[in-house]
Order: sequence, then C-alpha cells, then structure tokens
Amino acid sequence: MTEVMIDTGNYIAAKAAVMCKPDVVAAYPITPQTTLVEGIAKYLATGEYKGEYICVESEHSAMAACIGASATGVRTFTGTSSHGLLLMHEMLHWAALARLPVIMCNINRVVGPGWNIWADENDSISQRDTGWIQFYCSSNQEIFDTIIQSFKLGEHEKISLPVMISYNAFILSHTSMPVFVPNQKDVDAFLPNRAPKWKLDPDNPITFGNIILPAEYEKVRLDMQKSHEYAKKLILEISKEWKQRFGRYHGDLLEFYKCDGADYILLSMGAIGAESKAAIDNLRKEGLKFGLARVRCFRPFPKEEILKLSKKADLIVIDRNISPGMEGALFTEVKASLYDNTDAKVCGFIAGLGGKDVPFGDIEKMCKKVINGKARHIEWFGLEGV
Amino acid sequence: MASRYLVEICFHGRGGQGAVTAANLLVAAALIDGNKGVQAFPFFGAERRGAPVRAFARISHDEIHLRSEIYNPDIVIVLDESIMDIVDVLKGLKKNGKILINTRTKPGEFDFSKKFIVATVDATDIALKHEILVGGIPVVNTPILGAVPKILDRVTLKSIQDIVLDKWKGELAERNVKATQDAYDKVEVKS
Repeated sequence: MTEVMIDTGNYIAAKAAVMCKPDVVAAYPITPQTTLVEGIAKYLATGEYKGEYICVESEHSAMAACIGASATGVRTFTGTSSHGLLLMHEMLHWAALARLPVIMCNINRVVGPGWNIWADENDSISQRDTGWIQFYCSSNQEIFDTIIQSFKLGEHEKISLPVMISYNAFILSHTSMPVFVPNQKDVDAFLPNRAPKWKLDPDNPITFGNIILPAEYEKVRLDMQKSHEYAKKLILEISKEWKQRFGRYHGDLLEFYKCDGADYILLSMGAIGAESKAAIDNLRKEGLKFGLARVRCFRPFPKEEILKLSKKADLIVIDRNISPGMEGALFTEVKASLYDNTDAKVCGFIAGLGGKDVPFGDIEKMCKKVINGKARHIEWFGLEGV
Repeated sequence: MASRYLVEICFHGRGGQGAVTAANLLVAAALIDGNKGVQAFPFFGAERRGAPVRAFARISHDEIHLRSEIYNPDIVIVLDESIMDIVDVLKGLKKNGKILINTRTKPGEFDFSKKFIVATVDATDIALKHEILVGGIPVVNTPILGAVPKILDRVTLKSIQDIVLDKWKGELAERNVKATQDAYDKVEVKS
C-alpha cells in the first residue's frame, strides 16, 4: 500500500535511494546535502538499508569509490552539493566515459566566494559537458520519483550513463512536503536488478579505461552522444510507465502547464519552475495567455520540443545561473535549439542567484515586461532595466 | 495567491525553541485533517541558538506550487515574546490577520488588538508544569500548537495530538499531549 510520508527533500531523497537498494553508497557531507547522507546512515543503522556505506575523506573519493564499485557491476548512489560537486569534476567525466550508471543527487548551492549556502544552479550547470544526464526537480514528490526513475534510465543497456538529480538548496532540500511512497514490492517490480553487459570480475579478467587511439576515441564520444539521444525516448517511456504504475507524472523532458493557446511560454527549471505555475495562474486570470514549459531534463536537452513550442509562442527564459561573459545557460540552449528555424522572439532573465527569493509576483513582472516590449534581450531582474 | 484555500503561517522564536519543529508538526497534523497541500520550511541559514529565527507553514486544500518565502501571513505565532522588541512580527500580516503569542499578557492589552485578532497563552508556564524541558529550558513548541485550533479551523487538536504521539514515545509523549490540551483550554482570543 502507498503511504504518505511528510518530510524534507533530503530525507525523501534518502528514502527513495534506499528503496532502490544500492549495493554501495559512498558520500562525504556538505551543507545542504548533509541530511540526505544522514538519512541514509539512519536507514543503515535501522537495517532498512542493507548495502555498503563508505564514509570517505572527500567528494573526489566519494565519486571514485562509486566508480570502482559500479565497475564491478553493482548499483551505486551518492549525493553532494556545490564545492563538493566541483571537487568531483574529474571523476564525473570518468564515470560518464567509463559508462557507469552512478546515480547522484546534487543539491544546487552557490559556488563561493562570497561564501553562501543558498540555492543557485551554477554548480551543476558548470558540469554540463561531463556526459551526465541531468534532471532538475521542483517538488519533493518529483525528487522521490525521479531518483527511482533515474536508476532504471541510467542502468538501461542502451544508456549506461550516470544520472544527476539536482534540486534547490533549502527551498527543496529542507522543506517538508507530503510525498506518496509506494511499497517496496512495487518499486522492485518497476526497477529490476542491474544487469551490466560487462563488469570487473577477478574470475574473468578484463581491462578497461585503457589507451585508445584517436579514431577509436572519437567513436567512444559518438556512442555517448547516441545514448543521450536515445535517452530522450527512454525518458518518455519511463515517465509513462511510472504514471501507469503509480499514477504520478511530472512531465518527461519538459513539463507543460497551461501551454494550450499560449502566446508566450515561460521556460524555467527547479523551484522557480514550480513557483512559475502560480505566476501563470495569475496572468491567465488577467486574460494574458501565458504557459509554462518547465525544463526537467537539461542533458539530454529537449531541443526538438522547444523548437515546436516556438512555432506557436514567443519564449521567456529564467535562469538561476550565469555563464559569465555570455548569459544564462538555459537561455543559450533555448536559442541554439531554434536557430534558423523560427520567427519566435526569446527574452532571458537572470534571477535568484545566491538564493535570492524569486516569488511569483516577480515572475509576473518579468512576463509583463516582455508583453510591454520593455524587456531587454537579456536582463538581470531587479538589478538592470528597472 | 489570495486563494481562500491557502493559509500562510509565520513562526517567530529563538534558535533552540523548536519553531521549525512546530511548523513541521502543524502541517503534518493539517495533512491528517484533509489538507492535501502542506509545506513547512525554516528561514534558511540563521539557525543559531538564542538568535531570532523564523519558520513558515502553508496549508492548502490543493497541491502547493509556491516555493518562495511568506511575506503576507494569515497567522503569526510568537514563541518568545521578547522577540517582539527586536523583530517586527506584524510586518506583512494580512488585514484581519491573527497573532498567537506565548505570554502572560491578556490579548486586549496589546495595542495591535484593535487591528488584528490576538490570542495569548502562557506556553512557558505550561511547558514547565508538564516538564517539557531540554537542558532545563522549557520548550514551548508543542504546548503552543495546542492553541492553534482555536484560531485556525483547518487543524484539529486531535490531529496535533496524534502527530505528537507519533513523534515521541511513552511518558514524554503523554506529557506533550497534556500540554497541548492545557494550551487549548487556556488560550484567550480577542477579536
């Protein structure tokens, strides 16, 4: 029977991870991820988690331990945040290129200095090109569901890639919300044991990660690219299967909200993606035809769907990140998806860096600026163009 | 979101008094009472013992999309009245809003009782009476929750007590339940 559990994003994530029965969890604590790994440690103490829990001395080691364990064919999980994620950077590339489905939560937190523990997506955005599949969640229920879905996705024989599930510091990691938790039997039925095509096995020795020449290396990269393309289809299927089995759906690559007949479609991620729904409701009440396409999956990027949206509406992008010297990362990706193929206008806002609150009223203001033709092509909300 | 279905609550207390726990327990009780959308969260980052802290709760009949702070609460709950000397607890409180204060003072003695609905209860005394102490210091979060159903019909005393029994065990749980009952019986409301 499904039970309703009310708890913070981190404890909910710990519950989901343990229900996936990872053989190895290796983690190093960092604010605001700490309660996630505490949660798993608690399940270890009570016996609900029966795998290996390796306390390591750094995040680099945490990812290295997960890579080593995953290469032996077992299921692995970890979690980190901000500087911890950045310390893992080399190992993130390694996990992806070794095609190891390590599953990891990243609690989106500011990169310092200035020292700050609040929400900001620059940590995971700066890991964009490591080859990891990247999800951004907007509710505790979505965190729970996406973790379990990610094991199935990453471990699929045509994918075999690590998956990062990101959610905003404190706004989700430390906020209690009710979550439907299915029973273990139903999770087991959805998520079969990992069945890797190859693994490190002393009885059948093989080598991996060895030297390969340029022509072969390029094929490795192409193969990874093809898996990302295939993941777009598989994410659709897994989301559909989840809906059939458990009755819940948060979108697949994107979540659409009131996009029918919309003249303008707002694109945002993470917690701003949830808050945006309240803004859309208010704008619609005023007769302004706005819709929302919340980007759940940033890698692979849903460029085909976004191109389709641009055929019927102008687009507005809110980024809680900045690529210095350019613009918000989502803004760049959205425009690249449309190149030479649409007449849609696209405006971008930077908002909520450093954990600055982005209430629905501010989102409505951004939208109205665009309608009134007062928005710049790219604008730091509240700091520029006031 | 001026929906009549959404109630927003702001707790003010000092680090260590259990404001965050109070918010969590309240929304867990509200969920039992059929409010499908609930949310509780701390003001992020200032959790120092003795320092002024805030915690927030949202209670709705529907799923809550909001992830922002609460700027215009329907209800303010003050766990430590000395906070009122240094923090403007009435800031943003909605017209006809309600404020529940842990104090010996009667509701009508507060100037703002002309403008807002004021409820008062001596939760510290109740915590001492039932020996709800951490390190010898009275913890007022569960006692004051017992007073909430008198100013908010979306949560019942029964559900609050069920949640208390779920969180604590044995004799300690019983003392907490008695404290909630005491606060429920003793709270005075002036509208």
